[in-house]
Amino acid sequence: MNVAAVVSSPHGPRPNRVDWIMAQVLLALVPGILAMTWYFGWGLLINITLAVLFALGAEAAVLRARGRPVLPTLKDYSAVVTAVLFAIAVPPTLPWWLTLIGMVFAIVLVKQLYGGLGYNPFNPAMAAYVLLLISYPVEMTTWLAPKVLAEHSLTFFESLQLIFLGHLPQGLDWDVISSATPLDEMRTQLGRDLMIEEIRQSPLWGDFGGRGWEWVGNWFLLGGIYLLGRRVITWHIPVSLLASILVLAGLFWMFDPQAYPFPAFHLFSGGVILGAFFIATDPVSACTTRKGQLIYGALIGALVFVIRSWGGYPDAVAFAVLLLNIAAPTIDYYTQPRVFGHARDHAKGQDGGAG
Amino acid sequence: MSHLAPPQPSPRHIWTFHGGIHVPDEKALSNGSSIESIPLPPRLVIPLAQHIGAPARACVRVGERVLKGQLIGEAQGYVSAAVHASSSGLVVAIEPRPVPHPSGLSAACVVIETDGEDAQAPLPEPLTDYVHLDPLVVRERVRWAGVVGLGGASFPTSVKLNPGPDRRLKTLVINGAECEPYITCDDRLMREQPTRILEGVRILRHLAGAERVLIGIEDNKAAAIAALVQALAVTDLQQIARVVPIPTLYPSGGERQLIRVLTGLEVPSHGIPAQIGILCQNVGTAAAVADAVLRGQPLISRVVTVTGRSVDAPRNLEVPVGTPASTLIAHCGGFRQPPRKLLCGGPMMGFELPDAEVPVTKATNCLLALTAAETPDPGPALACIRCGRCAEVCPVRLLPQQLYWHARAKDLDRAQDYNLFDCIECGCCAAVCPSHIPLVHYYRYAKTEIWAREQDRRKADQARLRHQARLERLERQEQERKAKLRKKKESLEGEIGAEPGSADAKRAAIEAARQRAAAKKKAALEGQSGDSRRGEPLTDGGSRSTDTADAPDPVPAPRQPVERIEEST
Repeated sequence: MNVAAVVSSPHGPRPNRVDWIMAQVLLALVPGILAMTWYFGWGLLINITLAVLFALGAEAAVLRARGRPVLPTLKDYSAVVTAVLFAIAVPPTLPWWLTLIGMVFAIVLVKQLYGGLGYNPFNPAMAAYVLLLISYPVEMTTWLAPKVLAEHSLTFFESLQLIFLGHLPQGLDWDVISSATPLDEMRTQLGRDLMIEEIRQSPLWGDFGGRGWEWVGNWFLLGGIYLLGRRVITWHIPVSLLASILVLAGLFWMFDPQAYPFPAFHLFSGGVILGAFFIATDPVSACTTRKGQLIYGALIGALVFVIRSWGGYPDAVAFAVLLLNIAAPTIDYYTQPRVFGHARDHAKGQDGGAG
Repeated sequence: MSHLAPPQPSPRHIWTFHGGIHVPDEKALSNGSSIESIPLPPRLVIPLAQHIGAPARACVRVGERVLKGQLIGEAQGYVSAAVHASSSGLVVAIEPRPVPHPSGLSAACVVIETDGEDAQAPLPEPLTDYVHLDPLVVRERVRWAGVVGLGGASFPTSVKLNPGPDRRLKTLVINGAECEPYITCDDRLMREQPTRILEGVRILRHLAGAERVLIGIEDNKAAAIAALVQALAVTDLQQIARVVPIPTLYPSGGERQLIRVLTGLEVPSHGIPAQIGILCQNVGTAAAVADAVLRGQPLISRVVTVTGRSVDAPRNLEVPVGTPASTLIAHCGGFRQPPRKLLCGGPMMGFELPDAEVPVTKATNCLLALTAAETPDPGPALACIRCGRCAEVCPVRLLPQQLYWHARAKDLDRAQDYNLFDCIECGCCAAVCPSHIPLVHYYRYAKTEIWAREQDRRKADQARLRHQARLERLERQEQERKAKLRKKKESLEGEIGAEPGSADAKRAAIEAARQRAAAKKKAALEGQSGDSRRGEPLTDGGSRSTDTADAPDPVPAPRQPVERIEEST
């Protein structure tokens, strides 16, 4: 069918645009990015820049190889969103070549080889994150200590040096600048059979999560609410995802508060808020029916809690999202809405009037 | 009291349907001035198919003089509508001409060169006392007048008025919603001729036997609502009829959507409103019914909105059917700027006209000349990002993103699984799509493909059935033949065994039969020396002829065997 020659209704203006939607997502990420930069230094901004450049380069190369128009696709900002989400998820000191591998994998293999935007069954940013986490566990789990705890915050040039040359400035030691993430810490200490009350004696802990960390989520939450307000996303996935974690964590916490952390700890540690509003809501790889989205979000939340509590990795958003990506088409198929005029009980209408 | 305060529409509970969109209504362009008539064009091109169903059959000849209101096309079959001359003049051609149809194809038209006299043909008696007449007579009048739904679908009204013997119509819904942007012809009609509309409503209610009447009008037409409320207050309809303002939300004027909004009921998928006891008619149709029944006038003109920012002076015109679109546009001052698109209908569901020479038909509610700003080029369609906005706005609660996916993949079975045929092509999904995908176009394409495939399948099925039936028949005949032979043999053996004394008689009988057969054979050979088969001893003379007819044949099988098979299956 020659769609270019189509003259079909409707004929009016088309007010919505893909690039606008993607730009809104990027805009909504800004508060969270600024907060993370505040706590963890320049590394994040450097990583974002690198990831965006790599992603656009990879996208342009594949499009050219596939003989597709390059510029219109680059201008939809979808590759930029992938790159920024990836850069936020990885440690701010990640060596540049890992970012390169991640972006090439995300754009070339996960996105373009499936047909490009709209056809990828998996979230490209999360697939790249998981690839690197499995292949380079040390680099992917070495996090800087948040500013409030760090004895030394890396300067811009120190960050550049670390990312590009891979070695620390003179006189600095990984022990000085890095620190376990709260999820990691919780997991390790619980593994040593410590009670949560004891674990939380450490200066690492703030009011409900790790110090510094616990506040980052709020800024992403702010961006998420903005996206809801602009109707870029709907409430179904974030709410069901967060509710599912809260309910599960709450149940276990009530059952044994010394072995299972307070529910808010789950919400504001790791990538849950970011995942709920920015990653699980990626429309391409998520469920598309409303009922399906509720199930999708709830199952991601449940998987996050299960993997965090009993699995092999401290955080689980990426794994949970990818697992549910596979399930999304099936969930969609079984959650189709009742079409207008289809049987539910239109027998009641036989008398010709309800009012 | 009514002198002190104007009557108000009575508040009434209304329902909602899923989705729908708010689009700039653009009604103000054309709703300001009253309906004008236009000078008679020199030529009328009157299509014989202006309705859903079988086209009318021309009943005038080229060279014949016709009068205004004279029947020129007879309804052919039950679902069809009559066509009348919109003015007097000479029939100069009956031939295919371009007509306003989405396909852009030509169709048979009666071309009349008008004589300017507008001489009226004798009209049938008004049926003013329709209440005491057999409804059949009144319905026949509506059918004679060629009244079709004027809301756009142009389904023959008389057919709709006959719900069938075991269906009772309880509610008459009158559609004055006019939800498409730009179009104001119903709005003006309601404002200016509410009494004529209500006359029609009264007839329709009587014919349907409905207990109540709900007149649904979108609340962006306050003047129309007020006019109808006021006109209603002085009729005997006010006991059972109500004007119901409904929220302005496209596509609330869709028949199923309006019924849902006014009654809370859903018309069953693939069903009709009559199944839930409802008859729905457009306000313009009601007026046409009134003309037909009370004044004996056939449907030969209608109100058309001529609008869009390319038109110099948008307005509503009362137009004889068959008038070229260009005449209407000229009457509205022509084009202020060349239109980017000239549409028949509104921007949401209308279709582009090939040129301005196509005629106005009974279905033409609007000529819309849009500027480039009003119908901007959506640019190349991007990939679907499955954002689901389409599903949010779909008034039928479909999943347009899934339909698109399967239509694009030509996975037509899956598209049907996702209820493709419930799509009303309202265009909401495409209007909100951020990737600017022409979704409705894909659905139309998929529907057409499926129809074509169904047709092929039906043909193949028929051929297969025919073949099967033939094999079965041959098999049956063979069995019958064997059974006959066996029976004969048995009876012969039985006779021989039972009566040894009569064996000679038997043998004699056989001999006589042989001689008879030989004589027959000889006669046959002499008579038709060419056809040796006829001369062979016949085992089953009756079946031979059909057998020949069904023998493998290079030319398509004649019609007769097909019919026989249809009977047998």
